[in-house]
Amino acid sequence: MKPLPEAETICEQLAAELRSRIGPKTAMIGIYTGGAWLAERLHRLLGLATPLGLMDIAFYRDDYTARGLKHDPKRTKIPFDVSGRELLLVDDVLYTGRTIRAAMNELFDYGRPESISLVVLADRGGRQLPICAQHCGARVDVPGGKRLRLRQAADGKLALVLEAEDAA
Amino acid sequence: MQRNPQLNANGELQHLLSIEGLPREILVQILDTAESFAGVTEREVKKVPILRGKSVFNLFFEPSTRTRTTFEIAAKRLSADVINLNIAVSSQSKGESLLDTVANLSAMQADIFIVRHSASGAPFLIARHVKPHEHVVNAGDGRHAHPTQGLLDLFTIRHYKKDFSKLTVAIVGDILHSRVARSLIHGLTTLGAPEVRVIGPQTLLPSGVEALGVRVFHDMREGLRGADVVVMLRLQNERMGGALVPSAQEFNKHYGLSGDKLSVAKPDAIVMHPGPMNRGVEIDSTVADGPHSVILPQVTFGIAVRMAVMSIVAGN
Repeated sequence: MKPLPEAETICEQLAAELRSRIGPKTAMIGIYTGGAWLAERLHRLLGLATPLGLMDIAFYRDDYTARGLKHDPKRTKIPFDVSGRELLLVDDVLYTGRTIRAAMNELFDYGRPESISLVVLADRGGRQLPICAQHCGARVDVPGGKRLRLRQAADGKLALVLEAEDAA
Repeated sequence: MQRNPQLNANGELQHLLSIEGLPREILVQILDTAESFAGVTEREVKKVPILRGKSVFNLFFEPSTRTRTTFEIAAKRLSADVINLNIAVSSQSKGESLLDTVANLSAMQADIFIVRHSASGAPFLIARHVKPHEHVVNAGDGRHAHPTQGLLDLFTIRHYKKDFSKLTVAIVGDILHSRVARSLIHGLTTLGAPEVRVIGPQTLLPSGVEALGVRVFHDMREGLRGADVVVMLRLQNERMGGALVPSAQEFNKHYGLSGDKLSVAKPDAIVMHPGPMNRGVEIDSTVADGPHSVILPQVTFGIAVRMAVMSIVAGN
């Protein structure tokens, strides 16, 4: 199997790719937990003036009836008015598209953005909804029974890892 | 051993009946979830879709406008449909039994029952008889428990003081008749507050209250000394003038919270009250409206806490 791409390298590439499209209306929002780490990094590399927004989509998930509420929802904090913004929505791994659907529903309860573009570190395919990323760092094949996740080390270094699907 | 009636086979919260017997992890889960919901209540659209299509029945066998209203607001912010039943003036007066009332409502596709009843244990009885997908939340039963009030008190304390491990909490007044006090004492000891004090006349303290892990004071100044948190309880009018309390004036003189008595607590102490307040009886207006008071934030936090409880039980 091919080795997993280097998350640190992809961060630099994504920042370079995004730099040309930053305008006065641009703002960034990361989805907990991996997307928030990536967004914090990109936000810093790009030196965005608007403070970073972070969101937890627990209250908008479509599997609540089957799985209940997860144990540690974080508080969504969007420290700017989303209305009229060109939003960069950031997540670590794009898979079924359900998280992004939930995130967009939550965003519209904050206001009406002018546009939303999706930025992801890795796309593993397997979409169940008509969603695609405008900025994608890498395409990764994930073997059956495995899950692709972003990890953050104590020194802040980011790395992609494969885990068993039933791991916590 | 009998299973905890509040938890399902996986140890998750199925019903909220009492803080007593709830493990620390579940208390923390409720408080953390409420923290997320507190963010929702500050937004332009104060609503999330999580309980869309679910029905919440407010069953109030005893009147309580404030508690019923906060549950109703919380359920609506979760997008549930809310049905308010004031049963004191309904079926029960026609002779229908408690369980028949619940069975009928269950046939109307209820998902959550919010129950307030003057008889201790009524929500437990209902929880034993509902279907597996139905959930019961105790909104106050007799003198026994009022867990969501206890949880919102814990949430308020954590909001202002961050950490329970160094806190001195003084609970003052009619402990004997207070379901709020019991729920709060259990929560504080479970979350590791090292010193919980109860202050009141002998006639208003339950016998053996020390067994709950609290220190008892009859002198208010002594009990308030160095306190980080002061929780005042409502002196119910119906208790006054009898054998327990000679008069409102007499009670106020010894156990009413004045600015002068509060001055022996820590300079950054917070003052709480579950409401409704009797100004000039258990609390003076200068304190109720003063800089230490967090009585109105308690009401706001109560909505987030009730959203957390309903969304957790309905998902388990």
